[in-house]
Amino acid sequence: MKKSLIQIIISFILFLVAMAVPFENDLINKGLYIIAYLIVGLEIVWKAIRNIFRGKVFDEHFLMAIATIGAFVIGEFPEAVAVMLFYQVGELFQDYAVDKSRKSITSLMDIRPDIAFVKRNGKVEKISPEDVKVGENIVVKPGEKIPLDGMIVEGSSMIDTSALTGESIPKEVTVGDEVLSGCINENGLLTIKVEKEFGESTVSKILDLVENASSKKSKSENFITKFAKYYTPIVVIIAVLLAIIPPFVLNLGEFTEWLYRALTFLVVSCPCALVISIPLGFFGGIGGASKTGILVKGSNYLEALANTEIVVFDKTGTLTEGVFEVQKVEANGISKEELLKYAAYAESNSNHPISLSLRKAYNKEINQSSILKTEELAGRGVSSNVEGREVLIGNDKLMEEKNISYTPCNEIGTILYVAIDNKYAGYILIADKIKEDSFKAIKELKANNIKETVMLTGDKKQVGESVANELGLDKVYTELLPDGKVEKVEELMKDKSEKGKLVFVGDGINDAPVLAISDIGVAMGGLGSDAAIEAADVVIMTDEPSKIGTAIKISKKTMRIVKQNIIFAIAVKVLVLILTAFGIGTMWEAVFADVGVSVLAIINSLRALKVK
Amino acid sequence: MKKSFKLKGLDCANCAAKIEEHVKKIDGVEDVSVSFMTQKMTVEISSEDEEIFKKIKKVVKREEPDVKVDEN
Repeated sequence: MKKSLIQIIISFILFLVAMAVPFENDLINKGLYIIAYLIVGLEIVWKAIRNIFRGKVFDEHFLMAIATIGAFVIGEFPEAVAVMLFYQVGELFQDYAVDKSRKSITSLMDIRPDIAFVKRNGKVEKISPEDVKVGENIVVKPGEKIPLDGMIVEGSSMIDTSALTGESIPKEVTVGDEVLSGCINENGLLTIKVEKEFGESTVSKILDLVENASSKKSKSENFITKFAKYYTPIVVIIAVLLAIIPPFVLNLGEFTEWLYRALTFLVVSCPCALVISIPLGFFGGIGGASKTGILVKGSNYLEALANTEIVVFDKTGTLTEGVFEVQKVEANGISKEELLKYAAYAESNSNHPISLSLRKAYNKEINQSSILKTEELAGRGVSSNVEGREVLIGNDKLMEEKNISYTPCNEIGTILYVAIDNKYAGYILIADKIKEDSFKAIKELKANNIKETVMLTGDKKQVGESVANELGLDKVYTELLPDGKVEKVEELMKDKSEKGKLVFVGDGINDAPVLAISDIGVAMGGLGSDAAIEAADVVIMTDEPSKIGTAIKISKKTMRIVKQNIIFAIAVKVLVLILTAFGIGTMWEAVFADVGVSVLAIINSLRALKVK
Repeated sequence: MKKSFKLKGLDCANCAAKIEEHVKKIDGVEDVSVSFMTQKMTVEISSEDEEIFKKIKKVVKREEPDVKVDEN
């Protein structure tokens, strides 16, 4: 690359001298032009000759060589040098741009860990992560990448998950927590029990996914490849006809004049600008998305996202936290703290999610010896004796059965009424919480002109509708079984326009059939869930539904760039071709149409990498 | 089955398209995708056959003599 830059500079200086200085003997000028040409173009001419022997005529090197040598033949020395010089400048620039965007993607892929420190026979050995077996303990020092997925058995630390999630706030982890490969251990010394082989670890899966993303090509890319296939031969054939028919058949002017026009055609015959800028744009878009924790499995999906019309969400775990939590404690006659305590004690022998959430909210140790007896009352609740007091906890049926006068509560969720010594003591509301981020997600989708936002849930009508109303969703379908979800999505697919796409967003568990039938299946919280990564077309690494909006924005931006490039490049080329055919355009304009357009299109494509 | 190759020295997008077009014509190759950006070729082949790999390498060499095919 350095070498060719020096060649270009030397050649350019010679070219300028030849242009600017009117030597007495113009052979000196011509000599300078030829030297300048050879310095920068010999390699191209040589490649062209080599390719002719391979029977490949429409090769870009061949076209450049013919155009420039032809220009020399008809005495247009400066043009000949300029075409070759700028062609090389364009190539150099292309290499630079491609290299730059490759690097920025590979820096993202820099999460691949190279070493693992494994504890074997009381010693710490340094080995390749591939050689670590499941069940072995590895040591990760501060500043190192976690090489394999596993569970912390010793130590605690802050870990940086940004390479996987785009989330910049470090996460606190300690003994018992699962950690994922690809995260960076920031400050503590961790001992981790390996739970997955390297090939199955998160980092390998993600790298694999990103690396293979460009193998699924978008329609735009296929269009360009097809366009290029016909464009070049057509332009070349027109060039040949242009050189022969007007001067010899129609007797319209000099052969050299028409030859000049024909050669100019050849200069613009290479579709390089398009062919390179389109995949570059998609690559940049996919790379930019990965940086924010959105993995798009192919250019085709990135392209499709721009046409999103309907976004269908699963409720639990996607729009809501998916965990039951105590949302409200309403005490009557005793303190809230006490009410929670009696409830937690009474339910302490059950492993039901409701009991777990009570204990979590209470968050203190339970003294089992103070619980004298506990009786489960099927379908109603629990009766228990805690610290000598009779505690009843359960639903309205229980209260009515025991003739306790209580204040019915109409809030959404599971309501536990509590009576102590047969006196109503208040209620505890337990519900799944809507994610803070869900509000932002829906707002952003509406701002992006998404026609319809829909929620599907297996949950009760009352609960589902309340969540949907609160979030401002357009439609909600409740009490659906898994195959009911498939049916609803199939119905919704008919609602969209021909080009429009339906996006389904789920947590990837139990969603596989719906993910498969929707146009674009998005799995959320992809971290650590293999099923989600497998089944979805787009994986959101964090559990923020607002990333859907981000993905759509990135997609739209990428598509804008791609379309600008296609239209701009084709328009400029066609314009130059027309001007040239009528003798208005010169080789100078053709050089601009070729190199200038390439450079501009590439710069434009590089914008796709930048994500706000 | 799927197999991917690294195409070292693949430096033009047009060449990637040409390689793709010609590798697709090889018997036993069901699908192929060449990514110019990642310099990677992914082929879907009917069976793991050394002959097919040889043919693929030959086609790449014919189309782009400066590109080296590496298995990975």
